[in-house]
Amino acid sequence: MGHRAVRIGHMSIFVDDQEKALAFYTGVLGFVKKTDFPAGEHRWLTVVSPEEPGGVELVLEPDEHPAAASFKQALVADGIPFTVFGVKDVRAEFERLRALGVTFTQEPLTMGPMTTAVFDDTCGNLLQIAAQEA
Amino acid sequence: MGDVYKALADPTRRAILDELRDRAGQTLFELCTRLLGKGFTSSRQAISQHLAVLEDAGLVVIRREGRYIFIDLDTSPLQQIYERWGIGPCASDT
Repeated sequence: MGHRAVRIGHMSIFVDDQEKALAFYTGVLGFVKKTDFPAGEHRWLTVVSPEEPGGVELVLEPDEHPAAASFKQALVADGIPFTVFGVKDVRAEFERLRALGVTFTQEPLTMGPMTTAVFDDTCGNLLQIAAQEA
Repeated sequence: MGDVYKALADPTRRAILDELRDRAGQTLFELCTRLLGKGFTSSRQAISQHLAVLEDAGLVVIRREGRYIFIDLDTSPLQQIYERWGIGPCASDT
């Protein structure tokens, strides 16, 4: 293979507070911190799945841009998740997260082969968890 | 108050009521996902317009809860159909 295909190395999510986001994405969702170093007045802060430490890094990025707040508010009002995370069992994960105090705007819903649920990340975003039935 | 009969005269709007009966308190996102799954390919904007007609007829209630907006079914405007034509409760309902 002389040519390596382009790969997804990072994806970003706009958070209102990086420290709060780190606590939620690691302590509640179960990701692990991958990189954390100062970047101006903020941090370059990423987390990864413990199952894929070399996989895609999720960048917890400050939402300081003036347009970011209205963008996020409009998505939340319509219940639209910013992105989707894969889980083995949506219902089990729903019960686990709800017991931890997470707010769901959509309880588990099965449509054809997919089950999904949508919750609030406490940092201004909705997130979807999804699983495909075996 | 809008016309209940006009509100009911559209298959997509009837499907919206079906889905809201299945689960109360849906976001627009959930409702659109459900309708797509049932083969309705309307855009989110079109669904919003259908919801405005249903809300005007009193058949749905759109409530803001903090930063979220949830949609509920309200079947009370349908009571007039029973009353107007003297339809009694079905045996299966009693």
